[in-house]
Amino acid sequence: MLQSWVVVLASFGYIALLFAIAYYADRRARAGRSVIASPVIYSLSLAVYATAWTFYGSVGRAAQDGVGFLPIYIGPTLMIVLWWFVLRKAIRVAKLARITSLADFVASRYGKSALLGGLVTVIAVIGILPYISLQLKAVASSFQIIFQYPALVMPEKSSASPILQVTAFYVALFMALFTIAFGTRHVDVGERHEGMVAAIAFESIVKLVAFLAVGAFVTFGVFDGFGDIFERAARRPELARLMTPFAADGALANWAWMTVLSMLAIIFLPRQFQVAVIENVEEKHLKTAMWLFPLYMLAINVFVLPIAFGGLLAFPGGVDPDSFVLTLPMSRHMEGLTLLVFVGGISAATGMVIVETIALSTMVCNDLVMPVLLRWKRLNIASRGDFTRLLLDIRRGAIVVILLLGYLYFVAAGEAYALVSIGLISFAAVAQLAPAFLGGLYWKGATRNGALAGLTAGFLVWFYTLLLPAFAKSGWFGMTVVERGLLGVDVLAPTRLFGLAGLDPITHAMIWSMIANIGAFVLVSLTGRQGAAEHSQATLFVDVFTQTGERGILWRTTTSASALQALLGRFLGPTRAADLFLAYANARGLKTVEELEADAELLNYAELQLAGTIGAASAHAMVATIAQEEPLGLDEVMTIIDEASHVIAYSHVLEAKQQELEAATASLRAANERLKELDRLKDDFISTVTHELRTPLTSIRAFSEILHDNPDIDAVERHRFLGLIIKESERLTRLINQVLDLAKLESGLAEWQSASIDIAEIVSDAVGSTSQIFKGYGVKVEAHLPASVPAVVADRDRVMQVMLNLLSNAVKFSPSGTGRVLVRVEAEGTSVRVDVQDNGVGISREHQAAIFEKFRQVGDTLTRKPAGTGLGLAICRQIVARMGGRLWVESEAGRGSVFSFTLPLAAQPLGARPMAAA
Amino acid sequence: MTKRVLIAEDEASIVASLEFLMRQCGFATRVARDGDEAIACLGEFRPDLVLLDIMLPGRSGFEICRFIRGQKSLAGMRVLMLTAKGGSGEEAQGFAAGADEYLTKPFATRELVARALSLLGVEAP
Repeated sequence: MLQSWVVVLASFGYIALLFAIAYYADRRARAGRSVIASPVIYSLSLAVYATAWTFYGSVGRAAQDGVGFLPIYIGPTLMIVLWWFVLRKAIRVAKLARITSLADFVASRYGKSALLGGLVTVIAVIGILPYISLQLKAVASSFQIIFQYPALVMPEKSSASPILQVTAFYVALFMALFTIAFGTRHVDVGERHEGMVAAIAFESIVKLVAFLAVGAFVTFGVFDGFGDIFERAARRPELARLMTPFAADGALANWAWMTVLSMLAIIFLPRQFQVAVIENVEEKHLKTAMWLFPLYMLAINVFVLPIAFGGLLAFPGGVDPDSFVLTLPMSRHMEGLTLLVFVGGISAATGMVIVETIALSTMVCNDLVMPVLLRWKRLNIASRGDFTRLLLDIRRGAIVVILLLGYLYFVAAGEAYALVSIGLISFAAVAQLAPAFLGGLYWKGATRNGALAGLTAGFLVWFYTLLLPAFAKSGWFGMTVVERGLLGVDVLAPTRLFGLAGLDPITHAMIWSMIANIGAFVLVSLTGRQGAAEHSQATLFVDVFTQTGERGILWRTTTSASALQALLGRFLGPTRAADLFLAYANARGLKTVEELEADAELLNYAELQLAGTIGAASAHAMVATIAQEEPLGLDEVMTIIDEASHVIAYSHVLEAKQQELEAATASLRAANERLKELDRLKDDFISTVTHELRTPLTSIRAFSEILHDNPDIDAVERHRFLGLIIKESERLTRLINQVLDLAKLESGLAEWQSASIDIAEIVSDAVGSTSQIFKGYGVKVEAHLPASVPAVVADRDRVMQVMLNLLSNAVKFSPSGTGRVLVRVEAEGTSVRVDVQDNGVGISREHQAAIFEKFRQVGDTLTRKPAGTGLGLAICRQIVARMGGRLWVESEAGRGSVFSFTLPLAAQPLGARPMAAA
Repeated sequence: MTKRVLIAEDEASIVASLEFLMRQCGFATRVARDGDEAIACLGEFRPDLVLLDIMLPGRSGFEICRFIRGQKSLAGMRVLMLTAKGGSGEEAQGFAAGADEYLTKPFATRELVARALSLLGVEAP
């Protein structure tokens, strides 16, 4: 029954079934009833991890290394523990930024860098080529083997003939067609592929069922259960060796690196990223996947060792262990099972190829071709009407090219290696994406240049230490470089770089590439600076769980909403663009798109929608062609920050200034009040002085006119009037002198003689010179002077002025006849005190302060107004204060007064004394 | 009938000049040296004219003037204010208080005499 046509028919029938599933899922998705919105489907789609490598290769590996095949499945199982943190974060970011691929993710993180996106694409495509060639080889081999049925002939035996290569070529061609049909059927080129996911999930079931079936058949059909197989194997030394882990040299290091490698592969293989992140419907599906996916891995590995041992026991030699899964049922003529296994193998291979090439073609289209086309001005691509067709064509072309390259790799290097070894080269390549990806997700300081440097360094080391030897081994060029090192320098030998020998090639390559990659990434990131757009994206990615959702708006607009819609229409199709814009308008309470303003927010929205189709970097470039992008440069941001900090500093200064101003205002107000008071006092003073001047002038004028108008006035009267004129003139003169004197004292312009003087002598002179006045008033005066008085430093004339003033006051206010004035001088601590005591009218307590003010006289005005200007005591107080002393009065009404003043002793120099205010 | 003039002034020499001028006109004079004395003289001396200094000790000239205008018994009494303070504010205040005339010191004696005669309605002697 296993004629070629049956096999081919079964193959196409299976493919047709996949199409049916995909078509159904797509239709359901359009109707809004997604079949893939299920955690089980999500988990099964993740099992795209199990490819032909797993299906055929694991047994091959187990036949060679025993349990050595396990790390490839332990790694993902370990990694799954971290999924909730790492993958969920990636999913959140991808949905927020409408990420279309792994390259898009990395490019978007580092400031929507087209260069970085391109680099990741190149690494991914070149890195994955061996992996694709592996699938081609596996499928082509399985065709070759099954076509020979019932004979067991290994394809390698006929390698001289081009049959295998021809088969592989057709396989590649058909796979390309399947993939084009699956992934690029719709004009709608969004980032999600529901039909594909549904088909992949179905394929995961098929390959698992097929593998379990053959496992069960070998274990329980050919042999008598697990015990039987392991018992028989244990009896043969070369098989018993396989049951011991870490038996070979360096096996532990190899295990460790394989585990790490597969931990990274489960995230960074483009197809894994595609199904786990891009095609994810709900984050919570991860929770189911976290137990269901390891369970799947366990199930598909349970029968690996029994099949391997079964094959080794059944076929003494000449059968490739990679083919045991197929050849064991063939050898027992289990035609149905053989066909199932064959379909399972195709299933594993097509699943991988379809998802991988779709992911890669999206990258190639969005991150490699589009940026170049958009930048290529001569093509004038930006003005092209409809891009949807172009996008599809680019992706289709990319799919064909990738599969053909995979085929070429198979032709060039594929035959020299076992399936697993080919796959590991790809694992090591995509592991290079880990530092830039994980660093970008958790380290805000990671820069675009750091990512570029790390990726380049890691990729170059990978290329030199893994890919180059692989090419050399397949005879493309001599083994000279591999054996002797580049340019004959031994330390540069690709498989024992810098003398690191004794490791298997994968471990060796991983150590050096990771050192180069992480080292360059961290160093360049630490020493460089991020651009503004980069910083904004870094924050979006790293803080995706904490931020509120407002993104940095970098667009400054000069366009219109309809122009934007037209732009979107060219990539998404006019209908979808119109729907999106209407939804946006409606969400803002507007009825039509025409009412929308093309603000920065709308531009961001448009860019995001576009990013879902052509990737972040291209979307950014595309919007930039229409919106006259003026992103904030780092310098500009720095300027803003600088300005802000200046403003803050300035406001602090302003605050301080304001306080100073308030204080100054307060003191100015106080000073103004004081000035007003002084002004009022000055007005009062002038008014008083005027009054005091007018009074004697009135008399002088009146008598002068009387005498002038009455020449015949009698002599006695004339004499009396002339006497009054003279007296009033003297009063006027005295007043003027005293006003000037006071003004001089108050302004500080008075000249002061400073000399050591004997106060007793001055008092004696003053009493002497006023004795006539005392006699005239009938008042007795006595001076009580000690034998010696310490010298004081003062102005002699001024002290005399004070003494005369006090004495004349005393005489004026003392009763005529019984009046008695007593003058005392005594040393008192650091000063000398002078008292002038009278037994006159005295001054009541409430008037005592007033008498020292200008023009304030207190006296018995009923009987006699005391002569004087009213300025004497004010002048005296000024003089005494200026010389560092004090003038005061002790008195009671009707009981006489004692006027006292002090002057400091000469020991304290006059100049050092602060001038006391009046 | 001899007109009576009350001189309410505290400066002795000014009093002396005013006394001379009024007597020369043939008026009978009385001197009051402070406010209270002036008030007392009003009823007792019943002057026809008061030469009233504003800056009197005790009571101001304004106060005395208002007192005069408030007494019916003193109706018809003439008041000539004298002040040593300049300024129109003072003058307005004086007229507001009811003064008939207002002179600023130092005054011209002829003007004072002319005003006094005019206020009393007598011809120059």
